[in-house]
Amino acid sequence: MDLDFNAEELAFRDQVREFLATALPAEIRDRMHRSDDSHIRDDIQNWQKILHAKGWGAPAWPVEFGGTGWSKTEQYIFETECALADAPAQLAFGVKMVAPVLMRYGSPQQQQYFLPRILAADDWWCQGYSEPGSGSDLASLKMKAERDGDEYVLNGQKVWNTLGQFADWIFCLVRTDSSGKPQRGISFLLIDMKTPGITVRPTRLLDGTFEVNEIWFDNVRVPVSNRIGEENAGWTYAKFLLGHERTNIAGIGASKRELARLKQMAAAQPKAGATMLQDPLFATRIAQVEIELRALEITNMRVIFAEAKKQAPGPEASMLKIRGTEIMQRLSELQMEVLGADALIYRDTSGEIARETSTYLNLRKLSIFGGSNEIQRNIIAQMILGL
Amino acid sequence: MDFSFSDEQQMLLDTTRRFISERYDFDYRNKVRDSETGWSREIWTALGELGLLALNIPEQDGGIGAGAVGTMLVGNAIGEGLLLEPFLSSAVIATQAIVELASAQQREQWLPALASGELIAVLAHDETATRENSLQVETRAVRDVDGWRIDGNKSVVYHAPAANLLLVSARIAENDIGLFAIPHDAAGLQLLPCVTVDEQRAAAVLLQDVHVGADARLGGDAKVALQSVLDIGLAALCAEAFGAMQKILTATIEYSRSRVQFGAPIGSFQALQHRMAEMLMHLEQARSMSYLATSQCTDPDPLARRAALSAAKALMGQAARYIGQQAVQLHGGMGMTDELNVSHYFKRLLAFELRYGNTDRHLETYRQQLHAA
Ligand SMILES: Cc1cc2nc3c(=O)[nH]c(=O)nc-3n(C[C@H](O)[C@H](O)[C@H](O)COP(=O)(O)OP(=O)(O)OC[C@H]3O[C@@H](n4cnc5c(N)ncnc54)[C@H](O)[C@@H]3O)c2cc1C
Repeated sequence: MDLDFNAEELAFRDQVREFLATALPAEIRDRMHRSDDSHIRDDIQNWQKILHAKGWGAPAWPVEFGGTGWSKTEQYIFETECALADAPAQLAFGVKMVAPVLMRYGSPQQQQYFLPRILAADDWWCQGYSEPGSGSDLASLKMKAERDGDEYVLNGQKVWNTLGQFADWIFCLVRTDSSGKPQRGISFLLIDMKTPGITVRPTRLLDGTFEVNEIWFDNVRVPVSNRIGEENAGWTYAKFLLGHERTNIAGIGASKRELARLKQMAAAQPKAGATMLQDPLFATRIAQVEIELRALEITNMRVIFAEAKKQAPGPEASMLKIRGTEIMQRLSELQMEVLGADALIYRDTSGEIARETSTYLNLRKLSIFGGSNEIQRNIIAQMILGL
Repeated sequence: MDFSFSDEQQMLLDTTRRFISERYDFDYRNKVRDSETGWSREIWTALGELGLLALNIPEQDGGIGAGAVGTMLVGNAIGEGLLLEPFLSSAVIATQAIVELASAQQREQWLPALASGELIAVLAHDETATRENSLQVETRAVRDVDGWRIDGNKSVVYHAPAANLLLVSARIAENDIGLFAIPHDAAGLQLLPCVTVDEQRAAAVLLQDVHVGADARLGGDAKVALQSVLDIGLAALCAEAFGAMQKILTATIEYSRSRVQFGAPIGSFQALQHRMAEMLMHLEQARSMSYLATSQCTDPDPLARRAALSAAKALMGQAARYIGQQAVQLHGGMGMTDELNVSHYFKRLLAFELRYGNTDRHLETYRQQLHAA
């Protein structure tokens, strides 16, 4: 047993580090460091183009589609290093979600058209699953798609579409049959956001930001050729996609970065003639979360190792999601606490928002989306414990 | 032992609640929030007419003298309604400071105007140095020919932009603090306004060579009085937080009854039932501590008072965090929106935690009492 990376893996890590040091534009790095989302679309797209030029646009894809052919460990190293370097996270909806579905279930035409565009960041994708009445219970979704010749006519509403305000395309689950079991009548459609009848309305979140949207579909006509796979079999593809949504779900790199930042902040904050980092009570809190992060990192490696041995991760991903999001939330709480009463300031005269406070508010989402932490616990209870 | 409230106290609570439900629903409140000033003069005047701004003014000064319990009950209602007006800042803290320290002439000048709402006063006390010790003031007041010259920085003073009068604490000697009344338009006084996380208006107050007359100083030794004023304020803040906690829990329970997923109300899932049971236990513990804070905030023994108030703030801060976070979580995506009141209670509770010393500071203060005993 060896918990450390081997020489090849370390060499790979150095290569990634060197690339990040030279290729990541300083202004993007700086904005990400300050959690400044004002240029988020351009930042994500530009970074994707840079990665693509290097041949690293899709670390997890097979080589024949333009991927890297990296091992799971290499992918993990890459993502961790990117996060540590304050690189923007790749837009998951295209690269990590719809692309694997296209590769596995899409028609050759769909693959040929969409995959290169995803790789080159030509299209901005968003995910249209949730509806007002269907969140955790996704299979209850109602948005209707009725067949009319070689088109579907869509009517209904989606909610919580992350960054949908920038989207060129949306992948949607729609109801094509409501007669049998709810899971049996769902289809998976790719929809051009410019199609007439689509209305996007941003939702203001508790921290004042606009990152999610409501989307209405009013007699929206979508070619049947934009369906993935078979009619009424969309649930299978959706479940397949969810498995991919969970790669790098633990966010180890991001947590390591925020832990380092927390320590820096605490070391700079005077307390009782010393600093907050030296304050026994506060330092104990940091130690606690650092230990949990270390445990999660090793657990994550174990999952990757098992996966590489084709012991496909199933419900273990739920564990990574729960602990990973809890740690990220905890780190943001502690960062806010370092500021003390200054964390009360939400917007100052210049309209500047205190990063730590708004991040704390915003990160409450981590335990709600992507399958809430309660749902993940249900999965663990049912799938691992067999209860 | 008696946990009941007198008829007058109950009436005070009922009247305030009724007023808020009639005049200050969530939509109205958000209009106030989005207005230029961030608070409503109309509501403020109406609060004055109801007598709520005179609660902390003794009867002999023409006030109501409702004491800490009356203030607590009104504070509960204000937290429930998420009011943005400077009740705590002006009608509790600044008023109390004036009652404890002002000369007869100053009382006559200020108290009636405070009671009617015509005058808004705030205590500008917190600064970077008070973070660890609330009496560690670095703002300085130096004697001048005919008064005082004051220099220093005060941080995040709630409702300073609305105030006509600022009561500024300043060090006048190694071991002596004075409190000075400074009009909002005094030369050398500058406000840097900000919006706080609970969407109230505040400002950093910068004092550069601010000159005031000798009569601007309130009373003699402000140190003892300041601590007592801050403790009374803290008890009232706890009361507001309790009101918000109670509301956010009620909203969560109601939501869990009506929100259906998997063919059943989510409140029927045991995992969530237990979570809400836990929230209720936090709430009841918090209620007890709010009572403790209220009953002890006027205790003349500063050590006993300190221990009680720090215990209350530490426990209630943790309750506020747990209840607030779980309420958002149980509302799912809806809890993250600005549209639902849950996120607003959540932010009010966060501000509660951060104000007047956070949980760690009060745990630390309480810990020190263990050694003192
Ligand atoms: C910021 C943000 C971004 C999002 N982005 C997207 C996106 O891009 N695309 C998209 O399609 N969706 C997106 N979502 C939606 C997200 O997936 C849903 O919010 C999530 O599935 C929860 O659904 P809900 O909000 O309807 O909560 P509900 O399902 O109503 O759940 C409410 C509460 O009940 C709990 N609960 C529900 N069922 C059970 C159960 N059986 N046992 C125990 N507890 C249960 C939940 O855990 C939660 O705490 C996003 C959400 C957020 C907040």
